[in-house]
Amino acid sequence: MAPSIGTSTSRVDGRAKVTGLAKYAGEFAAPDLAYGAVVTSTITKGRIARIDASSALAIRGVLDVLTHTNRPKMAAGDDDYRDDVAPEGGSPFRPLYDDRVKFNGQPIALVLAEDWETAVFAATLVQVDYEEDGFATDLHARLEQAHTVDKPQKPRGDAAKAFAGAAVRHDAEYFIPAEYHNPMELFAATVVWNGGGKLTIYDKTQGVQNVQRYVCGVFGLKPDDVRVMSPFVGGAFGIGLRPQYEVVLATLGALKLKRSVRVVLSRAQMYGLSYRPATIERVSLGANAGGALDAVAYEAVAMTSQHEEFSRNDAGWAEQLYASPNARYAHKLVPLDVMTPCDMRAPGAATGVYALECAMDELAVALKLDPLQLRLRCYSDRDQESGLPYSSKQLKECYRQGAEAFGWDRRSPSPRSMRDGSELVGWGMASGVWEALQMPFSARIILTANGHAEISTAATDIGTGTYTIVAQVAADMLGLPLDSVTVKLGDSTLPTAQVEGGSWTAASVAHAIVNAADDVRKELLSIAQTMPGSPLSGLAPDDVVLADGALASKSDGGRAVAVADVMRHGKMERLEKERSSDFKEDDKHARNTHSAIFAEVKVDEELGVIRVTRVVSAVAAGRIINTKTAASQIMGGVVWGIGMALHEEALTDHAFGRVMNANIAEYHVPVNADVHDIKVIFVDEPDSVINPMGIKGVGEIGIVGVAAAIANAVYHATGQRVRDLPITLDKLAR
Amino acid sequence: MNNFEYSRATDVADAVRQIAADPAAKFIAGGTNLIDLMKYDVERPARLIDITRLPLKSVEETRDGGVRIGALVPNSDLAYHPLIEQRYPLLSSAILAGASAQLRNMASTGGNLLQRTRCFYFYDVATPCNKREPGSGCAAINGINRINAILGTSEACIATHPSDMCVALAALEAKVHVMGPSGERSIAFEDFHRLPGDTPHLDNNLGPNEVVTAIELPAEGYAANYSYLKIRDRLSYAFALVSVAAALKLDGGRIKEARLALGGVAHKPWRNRDAEAALRGEAPGRAAFEKAAAALLAGAKGYSHNSFKIGLARRAIIRTLTQAANATPQIQSVKKIR
Repeated sequence: MAPSIGTSTSRVDGRAKVTGLAKYAGEFAAPDLAYGAVVTSTITKGRIARIDASSALAIRGVLDVLTHTNRPKMAAGDDDYRDDVAPEGGSPFRPLYDDRVKFNGQPIALVLAEDWETAVFAATLVQVDYEEDGFATDLHARLEQAHTVDKPQKPRGDAAKAFAGAAVRHDAEYFIPAEYHNPMELFAATVVWNGGGKLTIYDKTQGVQNVQRYVCGVFGLKPDDVRVMSPFVGGAFGIGLRPQYEVVLATLGALKLKRSVRVVLSRAQMYGLSYRPATIERVSLGANAGGALDAVAYEAVAMTSQHEEFSRNDAGWAEQLYASPNARYAHKLVPLDVMTPCDMRAPGAATGVYALECAMDELAVALKLDPLQLRLRCYSDRDQESGLPYSSKQLKECYRQGAEAFGWDRRSPSPRSMRDGSELVGWGMASGVWEALQMPFSARIILTANGHAEISTAATDIGTGTYTIVAQVAADMLGLPLDSVTVKLGDSTLPTAQVEGGSWTAASVAHAIVNAADDVRKELLSIAQTMPGSPLSGLAPDDVVLADGALASKSDGGRAVAVADVMRHGKMERLEKERSSDFKEDDKHARNTHSAIFAEVKVDEELGVIRVTRVVSAVAAGRIINTKTAASQIMGGVVWGIGMALHEEALTDHAFGRVMNANIAEYHVPVNADVHDIKVIFVDEPDSVINPMGIKGVGEIGIVGVAAAIANAVYHATGQRVRDLPITLDKLAR
Repeated sequence: MNNFEYSRATDVADAVRQIAADPAAKFIAGGTNLIDLMKYDVERPARLIDITRLPLKSVEETRDGGVRIGALVPNSDLAYHPLIEQRYPLLSSAILAGASAQLRNMASTGGNLLQRTRCFYFYDVATPCNKREPGSGCAAINGINRINAILGTSEACIATHPSDMCVALAALEAKVHVMGPSGERSIAFEDFHRLPGDTPHLDNNLGPNEVVTAIELPAEGYAANYSYLKIRDRLSYAFALVSVAAALKLDGGRIKEARLALGGVAHKPWRNRDAEAALRGEAPGRAAFEKAAAALLAGAKGYSHNSFKIGLARRAIIRTLTQAANATPQIQSVKKIR
């Protein structure tokens, strides 16, 4: 049987998804289900003076209107609201907790009704009087409040002095506006009231056990009484890492009514959740005349909320990626009257690498050097920050294969020198980098005598293909065909898993499965060796493999016993093993994924309309478990990068503190017409150091660097450098 | 969304009777805009009168060589109707530049005229808007007005009319046939939509109890030299920042007749006679097109975020006229600008 790992395998849950069999949080039925509609604040800061729900309560079918004045009891301490992914310190937002309004769009009441339409209608009748305070939502207007957070990263040498003395310098500010995740599936929770104080919660989340711990903390419930399920997630991209308010509100409703409650947010309300923070990135690069970097200084200033400090490593990528003897980094935050930002696909890297890679492009121009050549001259085989070698780093091969597939050597160096009729043609490139993280995950294998295996873990599949790769890894490890493996995910009662984020799930869950399969094999071998005349006698566990439904000697396939026979002999119907990933501590290597992105844009010279006509993304991310779902991940990241470069921007009216384009008609993301030819290349990157399977994960790397490659292509096409995203046509001055 | 009554109109007279009987009622046809507005709590009709069964679905030639389009003809049927494709390709092209295939399948011809502005503040009931709530103020004037108007604005409102189809209808000098309690009348297209003035809550001059029954096109369709060019922030599924409908009649190397209208820049499709006069008798070319653009944009005024529209409109007018003169109209399914 050919291995499944490494193949292009269609999603095992694909049929369920397209036929509607796959159920999402807002779709689970429950007897006597009540519906909750959320009322959100229309002011940005202040207090709720009065909520008059009488008109809403007068509507037939309305069951109750919950506010901070009449809700069931909630915990009083910040720690109870601090989920696994919350920033350290600060005071996590508490929905419906008290009369304070901390941001516009904050939930302030929940209207509960017998049906959804009644709840939504009644929600428009809730009258709220506020006492409004002054507020600030504009990062640029509060820069004087920028303060350094975390520990400043360790400087190297004297960057200021080296920059001052550098033969060629580039120093500029780049800006990324606040961006929202905009998953297709709206946030929803269905809380099923099971009686006896027991709740089953279907929630849209990237971490069922995180939500379970959080709900237990907030409501003082016993873990055994709360089961959280999230079998399918219609996109999340980071917004589902922390528990969102729909699960608190639906639980409040269920506890108050003592019946099942469903809460679904509206699309506009999704813009009251967290987001990628607006960030100003100041990058200074100094190089010698030959193009070797001598100074890197990077300062990021990002927005956060007044109640929590959310910061990600925007500056650190510059620290890591390129060789430079002198370097200095800082990440600063400006607290504003907003909801706390959160992780969004490649947090810190999508933004930080955008600025770094645009700056490198500008430096290449100043050096009169091909942008790819500059990257090669600054290439580092060691993580510049730690000085450690990489467990594997095939970025050079990404550059080579990507450039070849794109035809980079045919690039004419000068801006505005390539044309296609009325369009200017531009070619730009960028590097990408992300961490290869791995976390403790557990997995259970239940092998039954009929040759079927069930794999379970509490991990969620947020649309990335986790169901499929879990099945593939298990099939190969157990020697079963793919369709003899079923996978259970997204249930807090299943073996421990971290939130699905950071691109760590594939490596982590695969490792847990490998370990559990090891135990299965060992036990089968010990039973097989008790069989009379066992052909496996004398063999150690490492000498045998599970293949084609049999346990066989690695060196002599003829020495084999059918697994069914082993189990029959052992009188077992099922064999159950649960193990965790147990990654070895390794402080001798840096672990990262890398990519090289090449983009072609065509810009109408007269009108400034930009089309991204070609993108090649060459990725080095260790062993690829499934070339189809992995390529889809990268392609999705490229599409998102197109949006980041050209379209995405939350337009906040700072006079009101409200996002004014809070819908996906006016908050633009790329549509089919904006997406042309995307080629994904996976560069071979064997890695025996990182983990036994050599898996790194591909969730984030696809977006990193794409916006920079496109921005650099726009410069090459037009000769104009636009440093604030998105590059809309009005920013191309003519 | 509020609770509402629902009734069906059996014929045009019944529709008029029903709407006259209930001042809080609204007609619904495709519902592609009204339903959204109800969900946003912007529109709160007490009754929806469903007019989708009225016999207003035909496209017929008129005695004077024009075409009469029933108000309930779906946008997509109209765009692909042979009479329209062959004789009024400008209209067909403008329709296909708008919305999405799904929306065009639902949206009616009459409803397209009556769609409301996409100004962000109009949609957000938590902000002031004179169009939504007369006297509450205009938040867009000093707010996020990148998509707002540059022509014909007032202190009270800088909203735009979002239709593409209407820009072509304005250029083609269509007539709007309406029926009301006192009978039928027709309104010249340029008189149908209003400028905001100090009554921005009124989008058009349709009487309170009138229903649009048909759009009539004159015989001249400018099928040889036309183009509709729409400039937007992404290549599909977006409203126009600026759009241009251009139609020319060429004769012996000269422009004999010209029609020019802009979308995305005003409270109504924007036309003026001076711009068209500036083209008449001239040789088609950049010099004449620039003059026409200057005339059409006379009095244009930018706000904090939308001044770019003035220059963009000027360049788009020149480009569209060039496309029309060269008989190389923009093709909506091709995103490269010709």
